Amino acid sequence: MGLEGIGARVVRKEDKRFITGAGRYVDDMVVPGMKHAAFVRSPHAHADIESIDVSAARAMPGVIGVLTGREIKADGIGNLICGWMIHSKDGTPMKMGAWSPMATDRVRFVGEAVAVVVAETKADARDAAEAVVVNYRERPAITDAVAALQDGAPQLHPEADNNLIYDWDIGDASAVEKAMASAAHVTTMHLVNNRLVPNAMEPRAALGHYDKAEDHYTCWTTSQNPHVARVVMSAFYNVAPENKLRVIAPDVGGGFGSKIFIYPEEIVCLWASKKTGVPVKWVADRTESFLTDAHGRDHVTEVKLAFDANNRMTAMKVETVANLGGYMSLFSSSVPTYLYATLLSGQYAIPAIHCNVKAVYTNTAPVDAYRGAGRPEATYVVERVVETAARELGVSPAELRRQNFITTFPHQTPVIMAYDAGDYAASLDAAMKAADHAGFPARKAEAASRGKLRGLGMSCYIEACGIAPSQAVGSLGAGVGLWESAEVRVNMAGTIEVLTGSHSHGQGHETTFAQLVSHRLGVPIDQVSIVHGDTDKVQMGMGTYGSRSGAVGMSAIVKALDKVEAKARKIAAHLLEADEADIVIENGELKVAGTDKALPWFQMALAAYAAHNLPAGMEPGLKEGAFYDPTNFTFPAGCYICEVEVDPETGTTEIVQFVAADDFGNIINPMIVEGQVHGGIAQGVGQALLEGCHYDPATGQLITASYMDYTMPRAGDLPSFVVSTTNTPCPGNPLGIKGCGEAGAIGSPPAVINAITDAIGNNDLTMPATPQKVWAAIRAATKH
Amino acid sequence: MSEVKMVVNGRTITGNVEDRTLLVHFLRENLGMTGTHVGCDTSQCGACVVHLDGKAVKSCSILAVQASGSEVVTIEGLADGSDLHPVQAAFREHHGLQCGFCTPGMIMAATDMINRHPEGLDEKTVRAELEGNICRCTGYHNIVKAILAASEVMSKGAAKAA
Ligand code: FES
Ligand code: FES
Repeated sequence: MGLEGIGARVVRKEDKRFITGAGRYVDDMVVPGMKHAAFVRSPHAHADIESIDVSAARAMPGVIGVLTGREIKADGIGNLICGWMIHSKDGTPMKMGAWSPMATDRVRFVGEAVAVVVAETKADARDAAEAVVVNYRERPAITDAVAALQDGAPQLHPEADNNLIYDWDIGDASAVEKAMASAAHVTTMHLVNNRLVPNAMEPRAALGHYDKAEDHYTCWTTSQNPHVARVVMSAFYNVAPENKLRVIAPDVGGGFGSKIFIYPEEIVCLWASKKTGVPVKWVADRTESFLTDAHGRDHVTEVKLAFDANNRMTAMKVETVANLGGYMSLFSSSVPTYLYATLLSGQYAIPAIHCNVKAVYTNTAPVDAYRGAGRPEATYVVERVVETAARELGVSPAELRRQNFITTFPHQTPVIMAYDAGDYAASLDAAMKAADHAGFPARKAEAASRGKLRGLGMSCYIEACGIAPSQAVGSLGAGVGLWESAEVRVNMAGTIEVLTGSHSHGQGHETTFAQLVSHRLGVPIDQVSIVHGDTDKVQMGMGTYGSRSGAVGMSAIVKALDKVEAKARKIAAHLLEADEADIVIENGELKVAGTDKALPWFQMALAAYAAHNLPAGMEPGLKEGAFYDPTNFTFPAGCYICEVEVDPETGTTEIVQFVAADDFGNIINPMIVEGQVHGGIAQGVGQALLEGCHYDPATGQLITASYMDYTMPRAGDLPSFVVSTTNTPCPGNPLGIKGCGEAGAIGSPPAVINAITDAIGNNDLTMPATPQKVWAAIRAATKH
Repeated sequence: MSEVKMVVNGRTITGNVEDRTLLVHFLRENLGMTGTHVGCDTSQCGACVVHLDGKAVKSCSILAVQASGSEVVTIEGLADGSDLHPVQAAFREHHGLQCGFCTPGMIMAATDMINRHPEGLDEKTVRAELEGNICRCTGYHNIVKAILAASEVMSKGAAKAA
């Protein structure tokens, strides 16, 4: 593999700039003449806009322009859309309500943009935004998705009766009914997957610049997928044709899904730049992020899991209500359907599954993909109900799982997915060993002697990554294909640039992608630069989300490298007067196998461009591109074991041990993979113990709109994690890799809740399991 | 408007600011030193930590005029030329950063923490003292590792110097 090749623990190339304060995020960008935007936002969850008076604001110091929704509409800017069509089970298409970048006559959640002020300074813009007078006529608001479906609930969009966006199902309902009827045991649960705010530490930002001379727009934005932003803003929002719009996402300070979507602010900044004649920058403050970033999760689910007399799973029935907020965000419809219900088989052989999902409008911020997107919700359902079933059946949770594991591959589940490879027992064993599962009873007894309740919970998750085969997702309603592109440019002196449509927002692509090149060509990673995040540099790309950059993005680089190598071999064979088939590429040289004849890589590159002596008919230069379209999803899986101690006096939970054993297939850089797992687990533990997004049900006000109110996991809330990996290489892509970005957030919440409920002897506990809730659950359990 | 004068990373700076200008905005907008970040508006996240007269402070919770007359060190001024500060080096070595947004504040806070604990640090203390710094990417695991490692390096360095 070489010191810097695949599998090496290489320190990151990008770190140098980040640790010295030289990182470049959107808010760091300055363009000559740049001015600042502040948005006027709705203070109401649901109201009609009766009038907007901007005259006082226009007269404020420093103000350049005050613009409203009516003006943006009048200029032909389109409504925001959801790009994944879901049909209800009766065949009708989902009910997409209109979402204007700035509201024209009605607002549907607190924080919705109503007008924008452009001014000399940020402070001037904010002062003037406060002087915009909007008269609202309030309507009753609804924040709870189950309540929103009831007759008489406030109605959000005329298109959606009873606020129902779609009523979708998957699987064989009658087979499930039959199996349930003849089951020896059925475990039933009501589960809530709490609403979360992604909270990338870099708030969203946009800088729009209209260049009059060129009639051309540039948008710097906090995006995980700048090319998608460009095509969506061009084709659907009518901001500018693609060839007149450049989107640049420089360093991006975390995303976790929330920076996939195209939000009103970047559209408005671009449009406002043309309107006002100045470059316009907007940076969210944290409260704006809480109010307007797409939120995650927010499911309410009823699940039934049936067993035969031998404790074999026979059927699962799931009914979920998913809250999508006030409007349908870009990929919102796919999250509670194809990213959720298709994973309900978990790691288990379940012959029949049926799932019904109702997606609902409420007067809350739009909900879309957040780290894991649908898969954490599925895993929570599966792993909570399996653990609960084991308790009801009086068998070991580990053994009940093991007994029902899928053991032969490929395995077709009843819910679309065909698992390609895996060894679930291997990760279960690895985790149990690392957690000293056998020693748990002694630790529990010792904790009891100190007055503490100790509990152990596990979770065996599976997820689908590497999204996704274009034809397959197209047939399921996706508006785009989910391939990736790459271009490998070998420069004249042999250094290499890799242009990729993936875009790192913390994942370390500048290092891992260079490792791949180093592995293949034997050149040091210092001689390889990764170019990404700019639609003018990289021709096309689908971006980074769904743990796809390794499995899909790097596979595209592999394809391009194959072509580069093929041409390089031809050149070397020609110059070395050898047979092309005898040329091997290693350690920065092209060698003739079995001889000492060799051509240094840089000389081959020079020859390619000098073109003095190339094989007959060969074009000069060395630059190749490729598109890679995956043939299947990849299926990372693993086992997480959480051990907690609960203080019965205070209800406080301490995670005393957290073990993760993940199967990610082959690994490029173990250091980076471990980091991804750590971060994912922290977010999952955050969901389980600390984080909850709360709207006041009466007024629709967001109660948790700052770090004073929304509990982010701090260092003191978490232990160090014990992580390890097992490996069944993915057969579907050339590198055998599966993706590791979301596993931690997917697998950990049920492990934590299973551990706490084990400790306190009460299974009735919702996330986040705050001390207050845990204390109450302990009291409730001892009363019976 | 008020005039402010301070030493930033060894350079004497004067400037005119609105009275309401926060130190972080003075650094970022007036001086163009964008290494110090803004991650919240309630003084919780610590992305903005700088050293003011040798102590870690959140530069979002102090006015530029309050810092007038002081010495400020930001992430840009921590390294000794091209030699990384041991805390910077440890963050890279131990993968204590992913997106890098919290990193400047983390490193400045960690440097101060290590300075305040010449006796050395343990995991529990590090975790407790990171209360004011939020990272969404790393789960803190490698940040804690990096700080412990840097603390070792720095105490060895101090022992050698003594
Ligand atoms: S910006 Fe968050 S604490 Fe200063
Ligand atoms: S590295 Fe991204 S927030 Fe800490």
